[in-house]
Amino acid sequence: MRKKEIALFRVYVWERPVRIYHWLNALCILVLCVTGYLIGNPIVLQHGGNDASMLYFFGWIRFIHFAAAYVFLINFIVRIYWGFVGNQYSDWKNYFPYSKKHFQNMWDVLMVDILMIKKKDIETAGHNAVANFTYFLTFLAFLLSVVTGFGMYSAMSDNWFSSLFHWVIPFFGGDLILRMIHHVTMWFFVVFTIFHVYLVFYHDYVDGSGVLSSMAGGWKFVTKDKFLRKNQKKPEPAKK
Amino acid sequence: MADHKQLTLWEEMQNKGYSRRDFLKFCAWMGAFIGVESTGVATVVRAMETKKRPAVIWLHLQECTCCSESFIRSSHPIVADIILDNISLDYTETLQAAAGHQAEAAMKKSMKDNWGEYILLVEGSVPTGDDGVYCCIGGQTAEARLKEAAEGAKAVIAWGNCASNGCVQAANPNPTTATPIHKIISGKPLIKVPGCPPIGEVMAGIIVHILAFGTIPQLDGQGRPMAFYGRRVHDTCYRRPNYDAGLFVEEFDDENAKKGYCLYKVGCRGPVTYNACAVTKWNGGTSFPIQAGHGCLGCSEANFWDHGPFYQHLASFPGFGIETTADTIGLGLGVGAAVGIAAHAVITNIRKKDEINEHIETSAVPDRDQEGD
Repeated sequence: MRKKEIALFRVYVWERPVRIYHWLNALCILVLCVTGYLIGNPIVLQHGGNDASMLYFFGWIRFIHFAAAYVFLINFIVRIYWGFVGNQYSDWKNYFPYSKKHFQNMWDVLMVDILMIKKKDIETAGHNAVANFTYFLTFLAFLLSVVTGFGMYSAMSDNWFSSLFHWVIPFFGGDLILRMIHHVTMWFFVVFTIFHVYLVFYHDYVDGSGVLSSMAGGWKFVTKDKFLRKNQKKPEPAKK
Repeated sequence: MADHKQLTLWEEMQNKGYSRRDFLKFCAWMGAFIGVESTGVATVVRAMETKKRPAVIWLHLQECTCCSESFIRSSHPIVADIILDNISLDYTETLQAAAGHQAEAAMKKSMKDNWGEYILLVEGSVPTGDDGVYCCIGGQTAEARLKEAAEGAKAVIAWGNCASNGCVQAANPNPTTATPIHKIISGKPLIKVPGCPPIGEVMAGIIVHILAFGTIPQLDGQGRPMAFYGRRVHDTCYRRPNYDAGLFVEEFDDENAKKGYCLYKVGCRGPVTYNACAVTKWNGGTSFPIQAGHGCLGCSEANFWDHGPFYQHLASFPGFGIETTADTIGLGLGVGAAVGIAAHAVITNIRKKDEINEHIETSAVPDRDQEGD
């Protein structure tokens, strides 16, 4: 029994590189946060007993952190590249609010989804403007943690790549302040992840656009009107 | 006070009764210390034999004289003898015999005689607040005095953390607007030798380098000599294997402290401090703080007073009281976020009820009759 009928269109929003980026990035952030926290506040293995030559526990923690940092950075660079060659949903221009439309959308999202004091249909196939702007902030946080992290790393590595960051320590005025900033970026990611995961569940529940699974298969579901308006071209109906 | 006969350092040493053997041993020791290769020792010897003593003016501004104390306690006896007596130390408040107008005249004369040639050593920061009233010497403010002396200097050495970074008097809230000297003078080669105090041998080594090679030593991005500040205390620390193993002291009197494990968790600043303490050590190579069981305080780093408390790994977060670290605040924000989203989730089910029900109603539920087909 159905009362009304709506047509949903399947849109291929997240291309494969974007999906790989997302999950690799999530894994890296998880690993970096856990090992990073341990580096800042190491667990003490034992009281007395073993000789240092028997163990390399903290060395491994740090190794994993540095290795994950390289993966994280390269992954991020690939994503930036994809912002120039990928589809409209991954375009780098999305991440900067520059037009009136962007700000209007931000205002709508604030009113409808965050404060929930207005009712309006603001379906967007890709990210909405607030999400885009939040990702822009995370990119800044990525940059800050990469710069401060490799800045500290440059003091203990002769690698050509980390030596590109020799300017960082004098620029920030010492390793101590660098360590502090780097540590604070970790908490930014923790708080970001809490909101991010919640909002995916929220939108999946409220919009019914399949956002939760979209990062697995790449597909989202939008109504015909929105699909036509967004694409300005002939839709390919996938499913009624 | 040295007289003004222009003797070479070797001649001076002979006058003091040192043998050729002592002299060569000193040159080899200093050469090794400043990081020249063994063939470079000949350069040091030749320089000491032929070069005239440089004129040196040592200014004491807003400081505690611990740099001078450290310097005159350099382990090698010849360091104090030769460097202090033989470089023509024409003016230094704490060590000169002259006082008052006599001292001022000596300084003025030395500056005039050696204009453009003398080396200016500065100990202490410059309080620029309230027109510089917090440090006046000979009727001049520290700033005016420094600028005047720097004008004719060949090179300037900033002794200690005060001159390099401002040290304790520049710590928050910096009531006298204590300023490191690199922000006051410009256009002169400047060597920063931070530390509270710097290691005496390091100070001597830098002077010998200037004497021997006539150039300032290779400096890092922050203007410190690479030979002494190129590595972190942590990188040369004998307790480093404990760090890599994950063996840490948690309290100063625990079992791990007795075992000599790494002091990282009790706030050791070794991993963020660039200095030669773990290599050169102090008091003639006797010991250094970590060897004595106490973490490094980071005394050669900028603003090390403001990144306290000293006995905790993470500095306290500015503006949140002394014990509040970034972790406390981060955890607070995380919990706040969790509470916020929980509230949002509840409100969603209330405010968006109609919308969600509409979705359920409009979803394509197969008709019963079609299902039978």
